[in-house]
Amino acid sequence: MTDLDPQGPIPETPEEEAETGALAARLALKQRAGGIVVPVMTALLAFMIGGVVVLATGHNPLLAYRDIFNGAGLNWIFHPTTNVANTAAYNLTQTLLQTTTLILCGLAVAFAFRCGMFNIGGQGQYFIGLYVANWIGVNFSGMNTVLHILLAVGAATLAGALWAGIAGFLKASVGAHEVISTIMLNWIAIWIGEWVFGDGGPLQNPDNKSVPISGDVADSAKLPVFWGDKQLQGLHVGFFVALAALVVFWLILNRTTLGYEVRAVGFNPDAAAYGGINVKKNLFRAMAISGAFAGLAGALDMLGYLYHFGVSDVPVSSVGFLGIAVALLGRNTAVGTGLGALLFGALLFGTTHGLTSNVIQPELAGNLTYMIQGLIVLFVGADVLILYVWNTRRKLRPRAKARPTEAAA
Amino acid sequence: MAEEIVLEMQGVRKEFPGVIANDDVDLDVRRGEVHALLGENGAGKSTLVNILYGLYHPDAGEIRLHGKPVTFASARDAIGAGIGMVHQHFMLIPVMTVAENIVLGMEPKKDGVLLDERAAEAGVRELSERFGLLVDPASLVSDITVGQEQRVEILKALYRGAELLILDEPTAVLTPQEAHELFGIIRSLTADGKSIIFISHKLNEVLEIADRITVLRRGKKIETVPREGATEASLARAMVGREVLLQVEKTPAQPGDVLLAVDDLHVFDDRGIEKVRGISFEVRAGEIVGIAGVDGNGQTELIDAITGLQKHASGRVEVAGRDVHQATARRMLDAGVGHIPEDRQRRGLVLEFSIAENIALHDYAKMPDSRWGWLFPARLVTRAARLIREFDVRGGGPLTRAGGLSGGNQQKVVVAREIARDPKVLVAAQPTRGLDVGAIEYLHRRIVAERDQGRAILLVSLELDEILSLSDRILVIYEGEIVGVHTGDVSEEQIGLEMLGGKERTAA
Repeated sequence: MTDLDPQGPIPETPEEEAETGALAARLALKQRAGGIVVPVMTALLAFMIGGVVVLATGHNPLLAYRDIFNGAGLNWIFHPTTNVANTAAYNLTQTLLQTTTLILCGLAVAFAFRCGMFNIGGQGQYFIGLYVANWIGVNFSGMNTVLHILLAVGAATLAGALWAGIAGFLKASVGAHEVISTIMLNWIAIWIGEWVFGDGGPLQNPDNKSVPISGDVADSAKLPVFWGDKQLQGLHVGFFVALAALVVFWLILNRTTLGYEVRAVGFNPDAAAYGGINVKKNLFRAMAISGAFAGLAGALDMLGYLYHFGVSDVPVSSVGFLGIAVALLGRNTAVGTGLGALLFGALLFGTTHGLTSNVIQPELAGNLTYMIQGLIVLFVGADVLILYVWNTRRKLRPRAKARPTEAAA
Repeated sequence: MAEEIVLEMQGVRKEFPGVIANDDVDLDVRRGEVHALLGENGAGKSTLVNILYGLYHPDAGEIRLHGKPVTFASARDAIGAGIGMVHQHFMLIPVMTVAENIVLGMEPKKDGVLLDERAAEAGVRELSERFGLLVDPASLVSDITVGQEQRVEILKALYRGAELLILDEPTAVLTPQEAHELFGIIRSLTADGKSIIFISHKLNEVLEIADRITVLRRGKKIETVPREGATEASLARAMVGREVLLQVEKTPAQPGDVLLAVDDLHVFDDRGIEKVRGISFEVRAGEIVGIAGVDGNGQTELIDAITGLQKHASGRVEVAGRDVHQATARRMLDAGVGHIPEDRQRRGLVLEFSIAENIALHDYAKMPDSRWGWLFPARLVTRAARLIREFDVRGGGPLTRAGGLSGGNQQKVVVAREIARDPKVLVAAQPTRGLDVGAIEYLHRRIVAERDQGRAILLVSLELDEILSLSDRILVIYEGEIVGVHTGDVSEEQIGLEMLGGKERTAA
């Protein structure tokens, strides 16, 4: 699957390039031409700095990263087995469980990005999907399994779409910036969670009013587990749904008129309007589709392995925000988002398992993920800087060659 | 005129991956001379002056200033050596005053730290009076006109002690009046012994202001000629490498039915200012109606209202007899209005899209491009390939990004798209802006050919020459009203006068 490169023009002639003049503009062109270089360097740089921190605590970063690699189950590829009694295989299922969620949360950010919007609200949209899936999953028990799952997943996806659609509607109608409104909607979603699962809340488990936790999803709404044990967080079929979502994302963008409109608006709203495209409609629609991905993520998590949710879980969850890093690192493409999700999924699980105090300061273990995440977001924002470093390095050789001429002059 | 040679560039070569931008180029500039660099887009003019200004390092060749070889590692070195450059796009800070912008980086200091505002203004005023570069040092840059901004840029270079001034396409952003004033300034600079390198692709300007002209084509120097003896035809031939028809050949119009009728149209801009104030006109099949006017007199709003990109307050717009009052852009396109927008990069193209995707910009949602929302990229590519051949778009295939094409080829993509839809009415706004001689010739011929196909063409241009040579009828717009209607022969002066509202031109 090759994704149409979403980035901008590649200079055909140096004259064109020369005319753009400013360093930043030239680097932007290079960056678009660069493709894979920047994300890989971004990630490597983040790991290097993370390594320096590990080093500062008196441990060997290489050992730490090796243990994270093994902890994430990535060493499974050396001895593939489907038997989850094998530690590597079990770890891998857990990594892929995280990857499933991250793919969808990444797509939620990437889709809006392709329409020129920054969806910071993945977390809130994920929550809304989670709540709705919990509500439908807990109730309607005794339904046909397939119908129950479809109903819960469909309703949660739609709810996520509507939740994000609020931000899209505000953007299209009154021009409210989506960054602000999606952040606000995140908070609203968080406090809705505090309420619905809280004491006396509508989703609190009616059989146990003493704790602020929801009831368990009925068996008829639980997703089938295809690798591992349902009781032990096995890998559920949602993983394939997420992979399919990557394909759907690519198809929508590159093979439908809807995607054509989204990309046109994202690149150049003036030209889109001139082409007869309804820009406002697309802002709303793209935001809603983004929210659908995040809502779907919430549904799969709820029906796939969480089964219940509580007030204390709300502030801990941050997959929606990780989705931003995933999409940025993946440059808002389908393939990139898939790889980014795998990287962060592995980090999330690998840093919380398999690390011993021999290789890393225990307090640092889980936080290393967030540090690397932060560094990646920072570097992605500053990739012009990375390119600058990259280019100076490359320029050194031709410069040296040019010197004799200058000396002769 | 003094024969002292200020600058010599010899055997300059600059290669970019895949392209030789400058190939063994020589250039010499005398003291007190205006030396024009003439060439099409991509001929290597910008590369050459960027090398001179220290922005690029030449792969070979040498630069001598006053006979001494020099190498510039950066623009700072070039400025230090007395070279100044005014870019096409100005680099001023709008929230600062004229004087502050000019002294930026070498401010006169008070008590060692504070900017001595008074000294700065005095210095700037002295300089501006000496060369007739009239601009108020105390006004904010955001408040001055584009022409004045250019003067500030020139003053900035002079303030840094420039003896050799590079002006990169200086008239591209100016009205004819402002250009005229710029030429006066250039003459006072050369009278003072400064030398000017004047980059342009406009032949008439070059013949008006330059002492000598160096023509570049595809990175090579073709010739350096004195102004005396050069003609527009001879320069165009040197630039393009073949004979160029500067005059558009066309037969008298044979107007048919009215295809576009505008009646008492009123349009307000975003800020609620009435920009079009009761305009009425008709365009018939097989005729070109030109709208002449100084920029900002309501042309943009008029076009946007006709093409459905902006609502109008009152009045009627009819296309082929159908009332398309307050139609959206989509409906206007479907009603048969084609539109070559005045800014192809902002509006006419999605630069990040491929040529094929850009050509589908209006019809992507229709058969054969798509069906039930499903897009068929292969069909887009097939059609694009056909149009690329038909309209002679060079520099790429259907999958090439539009942003990678030269300006002329970008415009050809726009024109191909609009004409291929077989519009009844074609609105062409500034169709040749920023294009070089060869591309202009092509577009002019194409517009006349489309007229002969029976389309109604509304041409809006700030280039009076273009209006005069293409139009069958000319309307003059001034402050949102039509102040003159001409058929047949009319003098440039007459229209020029009407463009200024009928008032005598006053010196600024």
